[in-house]
Amino acid sequence: MNLISEIGRFVIFMKFVLHRPEKAKVFWKITFREMYLIGIDSLLIVILIATFTGAVTTIQTANQLLSPSDLYPTQLMPKFVIGSVIGTSSLLELAPTVTCLVLAGKIGANIASEIGNMKVSEQIDAYEVMGINSASFVTLPKILAGLIMIPCLIIIANFLLLYGGVLACKATSSLTADDLIQGARLVFKPLYLKVMLTKSFIFAFLITSLSSFQGYYTTGGALEVGIAGTKAVTKICIFILFFDLIIAQLFLKS
Amino acid sequence: MIKIEHIDKWFDDRQILFDINAEFKPGVANLVIGASGSGKSVLIKCMVGLLEPTSGKILYGNQDFISLEYQQKQNLRREIGMLFQNNALFDSLTVEENIDFPLRMFSKMSPEERKERVNFCLQRVQLTNANKKYPAEISGGMKKRVGIARAIALEIKYLFCDEPNSGLDPLTSRVIDKLLVDITKEFNITTIINSHDMKTVLDIGEHIIFIYKGQKWWEGAKDELTEARKSNKELDEFFLASF
Repeated sequence: MNLISEIGRFVIFMKFVLHRPEKAKVFWKITFREMYLIGIDSLLIVILIATFTGAVTTIQTANQLLSPSDLYPTQLMPKFVIGSVIGTSSLLELAPTVTCLVLAGKIGANIASEIGNMKVSEQIDAYEVMGINSASFVTLPKILAGLIMIPCLIIIANFLLLYGGVLACKATSSLTADDLIQGARLVFKPLYLKVMLTKSFIFAFLITSLSSFQGYYTTGGALEVGIAGTKAVTKICIFILFFDLIIAQLFLKS
Repeated sequence: MIKIEHIDKWFDDRQILFDINAEFKPGVANLVIGASGSGKSVLIKCMVGLLEPTSGKILYGNQDFISLEYQQKQNLRREIGMLFQNNALFDSLTVEENIDFPLRMFSKMSPEERKERVNFCLQRVQLTNANKKYPAEISGGMKKRVGIARAIALEIKYLFCDEPNSGLDPLTSRVIDKLLVDITKEFNITTIINSHDMKTVLDIGEHIIFIYKGQKWWEGAKDELTEARKSNKELDEFFLASF
């Protein structure tokens, strides 16, 4: 029952958010600032996580498939298979899902705390008294900025995952960078790109809208602002994993 | 002029306001007084639309605020200024950007005209050399002045002040009180000040409404207060407790 009322509140909140901006010039100015905060400010963490994850995944996959085994003759295993595993899992899972789970912690907590702080310090009320639709004014630029920048970050993460794999190949003798790239290219299907982009847009919306919603309904003081940040991250992670499963089922069910 | 008729407010099964009726005239310092928890903040929030009364009417001129359409309410709100208890200044904007904000959003002024208006408002609240400072860099009294300047930036008709003296020293409190009265008279604004500071009441209370446990307990002017205390135990207790 609580979940249903929460979903209802979220739908009503979004009804207020999806309004025509009061003044286009001000709206775009705020949106560009949010794009910088969401996109450029998250670049470093995305670069680090994608590169290291790519490298570690490549080393571990190579180790599992190429180590001597009683189950199958590993010497007959073509090495490009490792590239195909890395390429596919990067596109389908590592780039969109892992990146967004990290961004949930960074961007989600930040948005929830920022809006929560505005709420408890009556800044949201000040917008309302001025005749500004506060939900839309505060949230819409963040959602739009997220929908533009998070997919870009995910595309970058995808390339960096492969780049991390290439770096790992250079550090190990069991696999070459050519094997990795060849494998990744061999199994590439446009459908995988479609899945990745679908996930990236849905996850971007979840990160920005759920965190804004959590922040907007904060009551109390500094302690509650902190709790709002934590709650936002938890909810975003749960919804990302849930939608991850649904999208996989819808697109990849064989 | 603002008129409120039969305002009731319930939160779940708890009634906070009981059948409040009042009339607030322009150019007069209207004070809503009462102890903490008496319901005066709820009343003021109902009046500006931050809370919706359970029943009753709130008339701005001839318009019933509650029955207005969403966009009509937003338009009416552009004639309302509010000074919040915690100032509610936008902390990512400088002092002058805070005052410029409503002008940028709703006026058709050129950047030069807006700058002129911002400077006028800052001069009017006697705040100088703080244009480029952020709210975190100025004192409590200065924040109140910025709040007033922002509230009057658009030529408003109604000004609401929620505990304008909270967190201020007695001297600054008197300066802010005087400033509010001066602005009310100068621009003929309908000003409603929510306060539990009896010094404010005795200083500027031209029209006072005393709220006790969510009910309008007494109404009058500061000159009538001494006489009213003799027959009104609750008002007398509130008066004495304030000192």
